[in-house]
Amino acid sequence: MIGGLFIYNHKGEVLISRVYRDDIGRNAVDAFRVNVIHARQQVRSPVTNIARTSFFHVKRSNIWLAAVTKQNVNAAMVFEFLYKMCDVMASYFGKISEENIKNNFVLIYELLDEILDFGYPQNSETGSLKTFITQQGIKGQHQTKEEQSQITSQVTGQIGWRREGIKYRRNELFLDVLESVNLLMSPQGQVLSAHVSGRVVMKSYLSGMPECKFGMNDKIIIDKAGKGGVTNEAGKSDLGGGGSTSGKQSIAIDDCTFNQCVRLSKFDSERSISFIPPDGEYELMRYRTTKDIILPFRVIPLVREVGRTKLEVKVVIKSNFKPSLLAQKIEVRIPTPLNTSGVQVICMKGKAKYKASENAIVWKIKRMAGMKESQISAEIELLPTNDKKKWARPPISMNFEVPFAPSGLKVRYLKVFESKLNYSDHDVIKWVRYIGRSGIYETRC
Amino acid sequence: MPAVSKGDGMRGLAVFISDIRNCKSKEAEIKRINKELANIRSKFKGDKALDGYSKKKYVCKLLFIFLLGHDIDFGHMEAVNLLSSNKYTEKQIGYLFISVLVNSNSELIRLINNAIKNDLSSRNPTFMCLALHCIANVGSREMAEAFAGEIPRILVAGDTMDSVKQSAALCLLRLYKASPDLVLMGEWTSRVVHLLNDQHMGVVTAAISLITCLSSKNPDEFKTCVSLAVSRLSRIVSSASTDLQDYTYYFVPAPWLSCKLLRLLQCYPPPEDGAVKGRLVECLETILNKAQEPPKSKKVQHSNAKNAILFEAISLIIHYDSEPNLLVRACNQLGQFLQHRETNLRYLALESMCTLASSEFSHEAVKTHIETVINALKTERDVSVRQRAADLLYAMCDRSNAKQIVAEMLSYLETADYSIREEMVLKVAILAEKYAVDYSWYVDTILNLIRIAGDYVSEEVWYRVIQIVINRDDVQGYAAKTVFEALQAPACHENMVKVGGYILGEFGNLIAGDPRSSPLVQFNLLHSKFHLCSVPTRALLLSAYIKFINLFPETKATIQEVLRSDSQIRNSDVELQQRAVEYLKLSSIASTDVLATVLEEMPPFPERESSILAKLKKKKGPGAVSVELEDGKERGELNGGGDRGGDAAIAASNASTPSPSADLLGLRSAAPVSGVAPSAGSLLVDVFSEAGPAASSAGVNDDGFLSSTPPSAASEDPAPPLPESDELLNKFVCKNNGVLFENQLLQIGIKSEYRQNLGRMYLFYGNKTSVQFVSFSTTVSCPGELQSQLNVQTKTVEPLVEGGAQVQQVINIECLTDFIDAPLLNIKFRYGGALQNISLKLPVTINKFFQPTEMAAADFFQRWKQLSQPQQEAQKIFKASHGMDTEVLKAKLLGLGTALLENVDPNPENYVCAGVIQTKAQQVGCLLRLEPNAQAQPGEQMYRLTLRSSKDTVSQRVCDLLAEQF
Repeated sequence: MIGGLFIYNHKGEVLISRVYRDDIGRNAVDAFRVNVIHARQQVRSPVTNIARTSFFHVKRSNIWLAAVTKQNVNAAMVFEFLYKMCDVMASYFGKISEENIKNNFVLIYELLDEILDFGYPQNSETGSLKTFITQQGIKGQHQTKEEQSQITSQVTGQIGWRREGIKYRRNELFLDVLESVNLLMSPQGQVLSAHVSGRVVMKSYLSGMPECKFGMNDKIIIDKAGKGGVTNEAGKSDLGGGGSTSGKQSIAIDDCTFNQCVRLSKFDSERSISFIPPDGEYELMRYRTTKDIILPFRVIPLVREVGRTKLEVKVVIKSNFKPSLLAQKIEVRIPTPLNTSGVQVICMKGKAKYKASENAIVWKIKRMAGMKESQISAEIELLPTNDKKKWARPPISMNFEVPFAPSGLKVRYLKVFESKLNYSDHDVIKWVRYIGRSGIYETRC
Repeated sequence: MPAVSKGDGMRGLAVFISDIRNCKSKEAEIKRINKELANIRSKFKGDKALDGYSKKKYVCKLLFIFLLGHDIDFGHMEAVNLLSSNKYTEKQIGYLFISVLVNSNSELIRLINNAIKNDLSSRNPTFMCLALHCIANVGSREMAEAFAGEIPRILVAGDTMDSVKQSAALCLLRLYKASPDLVLMGEWTSRVVHLLNDQHMGVVTAAISLITCLSSKNPDEFKTCVSLAVSRLSRIVSSASTDLQDYTYYFVPAPWLSCKLLRLLQCYPPPEDGAVKGRLVECLETILNKAQEPPKSKKVQHSNAKNAILFEAISLIIHYDSEPNLLVRACNQLGQFLQHRETNLRYLALESMCTLASSEFSHEAVKTHIETVINALKTERDVSVRQRAADLLYAMCDRSNAKQIVAEMLSYLETADYSIREEMVLKVAILAEKYAVDYSWYVDTILNLIRIAGDYVSEEVWYRVIQIVINRDDVQGYAAKTVFEALQAPACHENMVKVGGYILGEFGNLIAGDPRSSPLVQFNLLHSKFHLCSVPTRALLLSAYIKFINLFPETKATIQEVLRSDSQIRNSDVELQQRAVEYLKLSSIASTDVLATVLEEMPPFPERESSILAKLKKKKGPGAVSVELEDGKERGELNGGGDRGGDAAIAASNASTPSPSADLLGLRSAAPVSGVAPSAGSLLVDVFSEAGPAASSAGVNDDGFLSSTPPSAASEDPAPPLPESDELLNKFVCKNNGVLFENQLLQIGIKSEYRQNLGRMYLFYGNKTSVQFVSFSTTVSCPGELQSQLNVQTKTVEPLVEGGAQVQQVINIECLTDFIDAPLLNIKFRYGGALQNISLKLPVTINKFFQPTEMAAADFFQRWKQLSQPQQEAQKIFKASHGMDTEVLKAKLLGLGTALLENVDPNPENYVCAGVIQTKAQQVGCLLRLEPNAQAQPGEQMYRLTLRSSKDTVSQRVCDLLAEQF
């Protein structure tokens, strides 16, 4: 289990140090600083073993979070915990920065006491944590005995992530499908590798203890429904007429993980996602797909070397989605050789600039509709060097945001049942949004 | 270097550096650097002319970026431009960049060299120094080529400034060290020597480093420097501490220069000129005197500087080794240091004393410090000092104090550090042997040694004890007694058991008279240790047991019982099992007089250099140096010894079972066999015939041979080869060792080994009769064209072969090209007046020069197809004359010398082999395929043998040879 947790600033100074077990000595703090933060060569592995002690670290802007252990722990668990820790801190005081951490150190120690016990991760659900760890200090005098005992039973009970007796005037539900699409393409336009990793993030403001059911166009469910005729009422209402098994409308999900509130037994047996939602914002599930991905953009590079001192680059981007949709925040990054001494850029749309500090031409377009194309051409002057090494030609990378899910995922239904209170599924206001972002989206040139 | 003044400071550079210092992360730093690099690139692009200041600034920035660990691949041109500037700071930065960043193969080198040349001839001392420093810093071959001629001229020119001379001397030294072949000696060399007379001490210091280096390579050319150095030294030594103002370091005048002068003098023998020598001795005496004076300062730097000179002086005294007076004084001075507080001084004193001890003049003086040194060995905290103390004890040991020193070292051994134990053991062993007056003392010492540090006693040490005990009759009884007593300890080291087993086996009878050490008691004592020992020791003990049977017939029953027990006769170790079986048979079949002959006492070992000494030399302990000096004169004192491998170890019958666990002194299973040949031949052959079928079949051949030879035996000419000799030849196609021939008079054993195109064959002629053979001679001849194909060299054998004796003959064979016939061996001797004349074919066949080749199936078939011409292939179909046992076939094919390739032929019944025949002229690749039809009735089984090789004669010959084998 986790033996201790340290937070460092970019210089390697310790901001937070919490040791849970005796086998972690004080020198562990220094060992990590010396061997990782101040290492001569950048340490790229997130796990470092120093003197039989394992350090798992994540970096948030300039802040290092390191979990330390002497035991053979589940590394995935430790990282999941560290990410969760980041989420919790972010939800308490916003951005994780040196200043914020210094200002909130009491709160952080309090949180660390709560979410880790003797190195074992405990409840890290922000919603429930906020009920008893507050920035304003303990509201002891205002709380009745009843409320206090409620906290105890809730934290220790079966549904630790939601307290009872929540009331909203308006029952509202927000559902975001956030996907990031990753691609590596050859100069000729051949897809070398592509996958989408997506998340379903929800924000729920519902009264009581509602039971929710979430449905999407998962291939297995749709196939099952089409074949066996096992139809539930939700499926009927949404699917309507038919064509249920057409390839376009269902997607093959490679793997997925769920929030702790989802009933896994039900998912295993019926593959239906049912849950009692936490209050507020949370991530319902994560998934990954690798087949039939819609690639929102196509990059066509053209690089021509003119003599030893000049390089001509032309890049065309084509948007490949419905013309009615608009992509946003488009940024194309064209790497330049290391001996670039000057750059002239001409582009029809957007703005392009040579950024010397990053050795790249950055081309930014605010908005672009589907089925359009745009191009940039640049002339790069080179300084002759006595180094015979050839330029490695790193790939052209791209960033963008599109209002659909590149994996093809569709939300089919989201049902809310609350038997005790008198509101029904129809009374709940539901909002669904799709956002597709670029992950590592690269084209070789 | 003048400090950069405020106004000259480069603001841009300072801003850049502070930007980088303020970067919060590595990424930010890289971004900043990339930005700066892009800026510099655009500035260097060449369309705008840059002024010297900005050029300098950007080059500085590039240098800074490079030193941060980033690659810089441009800006060299701008740096070279800076070299031609007239401003010191710009020039300096240019040179700095060049010395740090130049890569020697660029075309820039020419420009750089040009700029340097200009500066060297500029007459401006600062510029000249900058240029010289640059040459020294780069020190590449190109630089050396360009300037090796120029620098000596600057060095010896009369009008050169002192500072430039200093730089030039050191620069030349660097070039000489980097590429000595380019710095040519010339007339400047004699003038360099005169720099020792220079007024400026700095020049002298720099020049002396150069001269020391040069004179170590060409001592004759710089001979004159000795007298100059002596006069310079005497001037420094006799000067008061205030005379050499700038060069006085903590009240010591010019310590570095003095050390260097003393070191230079160590390159030469003592000066012959009396006046010079007198002056030098005076200097050395003054230095020794000064060491006695009270220190002028309490500072550690003062004493360090003083001691540095003193130790150099002592090294020089030791190097000269001709002034007894000085040597003794040096020794006394060192003796004072032995008890000094400073660990380093103690270490140095011990080390210098080690060398002093080897000088005949000071040996006695060193010996007076023995108590102190022993004390140091015992109480010193630092292990390296203890090691030196041990070395010194070893070096100062002689006959008078050997007993004391050995005793002290032995007692120290019990607590000694593990790292030096083995060396200590060797040293004790050598000292004990070298200065042993009384061999019982020697035996005691070594046994003690084994008792105390058993694990660190190497094989050589106990081999040596046994050699000495065997060679000295007078200690044998004592040794047996002591060993017997030592073995009675409840836990004794395995090495002790080895020594015990060997000595009791040989000389147990000497103490058997005492009822306390009766034979049975001895045996039981040895056998009680048997089960605790490793395999080689057990093997040695088994040999000791069989010797016991010979020495004490009354123990025979007990020992046979032990040998017969399952744990011996069915031991999983082949060596032990074989010994048990053979010894058991030997003891039950052979008569007592045979036993007595076979198990005779070991003969004395031949004189040989001590194996321990060799081992110590190999370890290259620093103390070993003095041993090497002495071992010449000490050689005569002791009986030498050594392993007695070769001659004893061979007997044809058991050579076919190579022993996996070798042991000492030829005592391996061959030990009893060394006496095999005598009288009762047939009996013994029976005993050993279990080891290989060859011997028995050779025995059968006798009869046929006997009936045919006697008539032809009378002539002096070589007899025609025996009719069976071809058959004999065939027996050796697939094996290298065995009995070649045997009749009632003579047995010939063969042992041979081949490597590439060379072979060596040992022939053992055993006289089976009790009468000597006279005018015994052997000749090996190569008939016909074989002469040009095979090169055979023989050593002649003694013309007399005593009855029962065995003589060995070595034959060296070189294969020039492939051949068909075998060389002839002719043996002639007179037995009881009758001339015996026997001719045999030596079993040298072409396949002996096979090198096995492993290859995959695909390779094999590709090559097989390449060799598809009809004359390259030889094929034979023949009847199987033996069984078709897979293992036997495999063994034969392997014995042929080829590699047996598994999983190559699609039919698993078939065998394929590959090999290369190595001859001097060429290499012949050879592929083989043997297809048996195993399904056929016994008696009708046939083989098809196919051979393909790149040479037709080879295919045919190998095919013929092999066809006879199956």
